[in-house]
Amino acid sequence: MPSSTYELTHLQALEAEAIHIIREVAAEFERPVLLFSGGKDSAVMLHLAVKAFAPARMPFPVMHVDTGHNFPEVIEYRDRRVAEAGLRLVVASVQDAIDAGTVVEETGPRASRNRLQIVPLLDAIGEHRFDAVFGGARRDEEKARAKERVFSFRDEFGQWDPKNQRPELWSLYNGRHRRGEHIRVFPLSNWTELDIWQYVATEGVPLPPIYFAHTRRVFERDGMLLAESPWVTLLDGEEIEDRTVRFRTVGDATCTGAVESRASDVEAIIAEIAVTRITERGATRADDRISEAGMEDRKREGYF
Amino acid sequence: MELLRFATAGSVDDGKSTLIGRLLYDSKAIFEDQLDAVERTSLERGDAHTNLALLTDGLRAEREQGITIDVAYRYFATPKRKFIIADTPGHIQYTRNMVTGASTADLALVLIDARNGVVEQSRRHAFLASLLGIPHLVVCVNKMDLVDWSEERFEEIKAEFRSFAMKLDVHDLTFIPVSALHGDNVVERSATMPWYEGSSLLHHLEEVHIASDRNLIDARFPVQYVIRPQDQSSHALHDYRGYAGTVAGGVLKPGDEVVVLPSGLTTTIAAIDTADGPVAEAFAAMAVTVRLADDLDVSRGDMICRVRNRPHVGQDVDAMVCWLTAESGLRPGAKLAIKHTTRWGRALVKDLQYRLDINTLHRDEAAGSLTLNEIGRVRLRTTVPLFFDEYRRNRTTGSFVLVDEAANNTVGAGIILGPTEMA
Repeated sequence: MPSSTYELTHLQALEAEAIHIIREVAAEFERPVLLFSGGKDSAVMLHLAVKAFAPARMPFPVMHVDTGHNFPEVIEYRDRRVAEAGLRLVVASVQDAIDAGTVVEETGPRASRNRLQIVPLLDAIGEHRFDAVFGGARRDEEKARAKERVFSFRDEFGQWDPKNQRPELWSLYNGRHRRGEHIRVFPLSNWTELDIWQYVATEGVPLPPIYFAHTRRVFERDGMLLAESPWVTLLDGEEIEDRTVRFRTVGDATCTGAVESRASDVEAIIAEIAVTRITERGATRADDRISEAGMEDRKREGYF
Repeated sequence: MELLRFATAGSVDDGKSTLIGRLLYDSKAIFEDQLDAVERTSLERGDAHTNLALLTDGLRAEREQGITIDVAYRYFATPKRKFIIADTPGHIQYTRNMVTGASTADLALVLIDARNGVVEQSRRHAFLASLLGIPHLVVCVNKMDLVDWSEERFEEIKAEFRSFAMKLDVHDLTFIPVSALHGDNVVERSATMPWYEGSSLLHHLEEVHIASDRNLIDARFPVQYVIRPQDQSSHALHDYRGYAGTVAGGVLKPGDEVVVLPSGLTTTIAAIDTADGPVAEAFAAMAVTVRLADDLDVSRGDMICRVRNRPHVGQDVDAMVCWLTAESGLRPGAKLAIKHTTRWGRALVKDLQYRLDINTLHRDEAAGSLTLNEIGRVRLRTTVPLFFDEYRRNRTTGSFVLVDEAANNTVGAGIILGPTEMA
């Protein structure tokens, strides 16, 4: 509750800003959709979107871009949250795109379906004529994202042009676009990883169990702990072992690393993050290690 | 914990990146993998030292050209406050970036190189900060190590800056002598400048009083979205009709007698709802849902306010406009889309009264247009009435953006001076 001195805490201010953005989209767009991966950022975003329209239902569906390489706990969590909030779920499937021949599976032991998500994502946006797509990206997680607008324009090819972004002033968002173009909207732009966890703690936002410490069969690759799964082939010298780990991010199971941790509840995770010296993507995402501009290049093509 | 947003402005050589790098590093907001990546890239590029600008200059074009092309947002926190930095490049063609970064800032940080003193850019940054209504201005006189930590030099720069700032609308002006490179007065008080008795920069950022900067007097509630549950199974919700929005000024309470604009109908606030339950009052920047006692026709773009404290209502406004695009210019006769609070309309540029030289504050009344990065005073006529206040009274109800109707891009930022005085 706000105090009588009319001050908002930083979490209250961030929540109010996000709710304002979400309502602005509902008011100005015809067919919004909210990207929901089951990760903590999209879980917080969904929580905020539900709060923004209470006591009415959130007036748009959610979409999951499914690489087919999922942690089963995350899919269970996704389906449960969607059912609880009474929402419609759209699944854009990378496997379907591979089967249809619109994308080609990478080969080799380090093959990843991360980049392959772009085509099914853009196809689903086109097919459903979505004009606004909510994403849970934060500016603190990656340097290309640090420069992106809250309302981020995409042309008819779904491309982002970082050098030609619309100026964004005050809380006056410009979502105007032509048919076939769309706007990506990032209500969590100003949140940090720690803010997300503090908000999860304050609000009791439910998360999939893989965020909390558990025993898992993992192997080490490039300084990361990858989970044993049917989709990865061990290289010479790599060995599976039981470790107590948790995930800091949730993505494709083949390129999302776990960290050793005994943090089994939100409070322990907050304490752990407060002293960690490695960013969450640096610690756990092989996809970001491709090059200095890996994220920018993928975003230009239409990535999240 | 409170949130403080501040904008920084400075040029390539005045040590701004070093200063920000030090604030982030000392508050542990730079992570080891980020620092490793920056050190690696600095080495590959042959930089003499770790180039902290690489932390924020993330785009390919920026790295290739060694320049900052856009506002970068950075985040850090101390046990006392959470900070959002809008880091804006200082070069002249980037006025639009400074205006963007400054639009939401509580405080502006201007850097001055102690060797060079107040230069054209310092004046420009101070002017833009005052134009954008930033309540607090902090001038860091940097590179004090290169002027032998001279109190005399510091006082000289202070006096020069003050004489310029007197012409501006600056309420809270603070000067801090620092050496970003050595860390003096950045996080800890400096031992080498015992003559300086003020706070370190970080201490000042933690302590500066911002709660009273918001307008808590004039109740303004632009209706953003109408909430009407379509759930036929719930009788309790069947008649629910709430007006969702973000409080743009003042304090609203259940029982308040209010008027809805533009209809002018009066009623009282029945309740103020949030997803966490009803609240006893809602104040500026809270996102809430207002329910009214009477069943009125209220929609997005309407404004709820107190009966005896209303905004200006009108279609003729005088404003300062900063032009943000190179693709066209602002000329009298131009028609543009305008977004003001939750209201869209069209605006006709009736007159460009003068173009302002932001270095000298000279007014050029013969100017026929505004081009990219230029600021001028314009007179607008809008197709729909706006419910507005002077910008210096309320930054939310006093601001607007102009949008090109064909290209759909944002081309102008507007700061309302007041209703046009009709002769």
